[in-house]
Amino acid sequence: MKKNKKTSLFSKGFFNNPENRAVIYQIVTLGLVILFTMYLVGNLFDNVEKRGITTGFAFLDEAAGFGVSQNLIEYNDVSSTYGRVFVVGVLNTLLVSAIALVATTIIGLMIGIGRLSSNWLISKLCMVYVEIFRNIPILLQILFWYNVVLAALPSPRKSMVFFEHAFLNNRGFILPKPLLESNAIYIGFAILIACASVFYLVRWSKKRHDETGEEFPIFKVSLSILVLAPLIVYFVSGQPISADYPALKGFNFKGGFTIIPELLALAFALSIYTATYIAEAVRAGIESVPTGQKEAAKSLGLKDHIILQKVVLPQALRVIIPPVINQYLNLIKNSSLATAIGYPEIVTLFSGTALNQVGQAIEIILMTMAVYLTFSIVISVVLNWVNAKIQIKGR
Amino acid sequence: MNVLKIASLSVASLALAATVSSADTLSNVKSKGVLNCGVSTGIPGFSTTDSKGVWKGLDVDFCKSVAAAVLGDASKVKYIPMTAKERFVALASGEIDLLARASTWTATRDTSLGVTFAGVNYFDGQGFLVNKKLGVSKASELDGATFCIQAGTTTELNLTDYFKSNNMEYKAVTYDTSGQTGDGFKKGRCDAITSDASQLAGIRSKMDNPAGYVILSDIISKEPLGPVVRQGDDKWFNIVKWTMYATLQAEESGVTMQNVDAQMKSNNPSVQRLLGVSGKTGENLGLDNAWAYRVVKQVGNYGQSYDMHVGKDSPLDIPRGLNKLWNKGGLMYPMPIR
Repeated sequence: MKKNKKTSLFSKGFFNNPENRAVIYQIVTLGLVILFTMYLVGNLFDNVEKRGITTGFAFLDEAAGFGVSQNLIEYNDVSSTYGRVFVVGVLNTLLVSAIALVATTIIGLMIGIGRLSSNWLISKLCMVYVEIFRNIPILLQILFWYNVVLAALPSPRKSMVFFEHAFLNNRGFILPKPLLESNAIYIGFAILIACASVFYLVRWSKKRHDETGEEFPIFKVSLSILVLAPLIVYFVSGQPISADYPALKGFNFKGGFTIIPELLALAFALSIYTATYIAEAVRAGIESVPTGQKEAAKSLGLKDHIILQKVVLPQALRVIIPPVINQYLNLIKNSSLATAIGYPEIVTLFSGTALNQVGQAIEIILMTMAVYLTFSIVISVVLNWVNAKIQIKGR
Repeated sequence: MNVLKIASLSVASLALAATVSSADTLSNVKSKGVLNCGVSTGIPGFSTTDSKGVWKGLDVDFCKSVAAAVLGDASKVKYIPMTAKERFVALASGEIDLLARASTWTATRDTSLGVTFAGVNYFDGQGFLVNKKLGVSKASELDGATFCIQAGTTTELNLTDYFKSNNMEYKAVTYDTSGQTGDGFKKGRCDAITSDASQLAGIRSKMDNPAGYVILSDIISKEPLGPVVRQGDDKWFNIVKWTMYATLQAEESGVTMQNVDAQMKSNNPSVQRLLGVSGKTGENLGLDNAWAYRVVKQVGNYGQSYDMHVGKDSPLDIPRGLNKLWNKGGLMYPMPIR
């Protein structure tokens, strides 16, 4: 025993201990991985320097000097920098992803529930939808919808007109642009207050329902608060929102704001495609809830939509959410296929146009990869948190 | 300990392998026995495949000329199609030995991308192609129009410059390949398509009804197109540069694919030097003295390539214009081979 205590680093005892050996192996492995990475990076920069290619991020402050067909923030063709091109690209990616995420969730939920419908026609139609759209590559679908959109829409001079001031043609969907005057801020306040009061109203009615069992018409009341409050403030503050109406001048419409056909086609294709996977996840989730639960709820006399809402979905969500996280991530990454139809998102704009003007492939591709990595990590962190929240807590 | 030894050895051997790959291009091409030539994904007249899948065009002929000079056989070329945004990276990284892809020579490209332009084999300029129905006859009437452009080209920058300096507005839709750009224009996504005038002629010839479209006479930029090589390999740079001058000199001296054998007996000293009957130009280039003879014999002179692919014998039918020889009123001026 005494001898054992005096074991030094170099005596046999230390290396004979499997725990110590495991630690050493791991340190060595980690060291090798780090060395190898450093070697690769060093080699890369050596070779780039040898070939006389410029490196560094200084180009981000240089003026880009090309036009972009959709910019959510101020962008000047002549003076805006590559840094701003990057931001414009990121925002365009976010925009198309956000639209498609919302749309695909709604479509997916409806189709998934529809597949389990007792109505033969509805369930078969939903099945046909899923089988068709998930079995065609997304790139083909994007190209198909883009060509359909362009072929179906008329030229600007023969635009379809909606409500006098909205125009649909092959240059996009052109809508009046709201112009906010200074009083418009009160409407913003009104919306905030309405949201807050609805939030507390929902909590109050739930509490009252738990305590007394009395139902409160929460949906109708909340909706009227949300609509009426801003509307009243709008008229009281003297109608501070006017509109910039688009008008046909020369080749094209001037004024208003334009939703470009590339955005329509891409958002549509992405939502339609991803919805098939979400629908399958929803169906699997609902089917995972034992039939006994539904029958029990039914025998209590609950209505069908209450059963779905209060008994089936809360349990089904635990099965649905993990695969849906994957589909959300796929959707964001698939948005990079926009490069096939010229929608100016980060890949088309930054690692396409900007890359060729600047020529610094390594920096630009790294930045682009970092964007997708950030988006994906944020989404999976948020949804994993939601998932953890709704799991059954072990008691 | 053993593991560490193996790892350090493998790292060292990788380092060696990395340095070997950047040896000089000439011996590299010779040992491979094939020239890797970067061409476009399809620009009519310059590099495009015919119905049998055979590469044809002015740039393709240039690849063949270099292969004939270096390898002795114009057919020993591997054509590697490149989009506009891939081309310079592919060249700088050694994936291709020569880029002949209607690339515009600019200061930025020449100095910051690790590549060097070897000369100009086509003087072009940026123009506009519009539908006749639009009723436009001048570029200055295009205020407010939407344009289809190909991504990653000088075209985008020229368009901005032109419209801003004339206080006009425009919108641009940017596509990845010239095929997509032409498609977008056909489907009416844009009012006009803007690109190098030679490419517009190609796009126009592919329309269902070419007569319904017109290329405006306004040219808004200088577009000197030429072959590109990797920076830092002067030997290879010289071979490419002088192959180009040889095709021009052959035209100037009246040496054609058909009469080149007869011309070997010519008394004209400049023809003798070109074809290697006298002088040692080929040896000095690191080739043999019959290098230019093979180029003309197997591919033809510049004028012959031009007429066949973009000029009067082709569907594009673009007049020689600036691309005439210097003594006929153009800019093509071969440096003297002596």
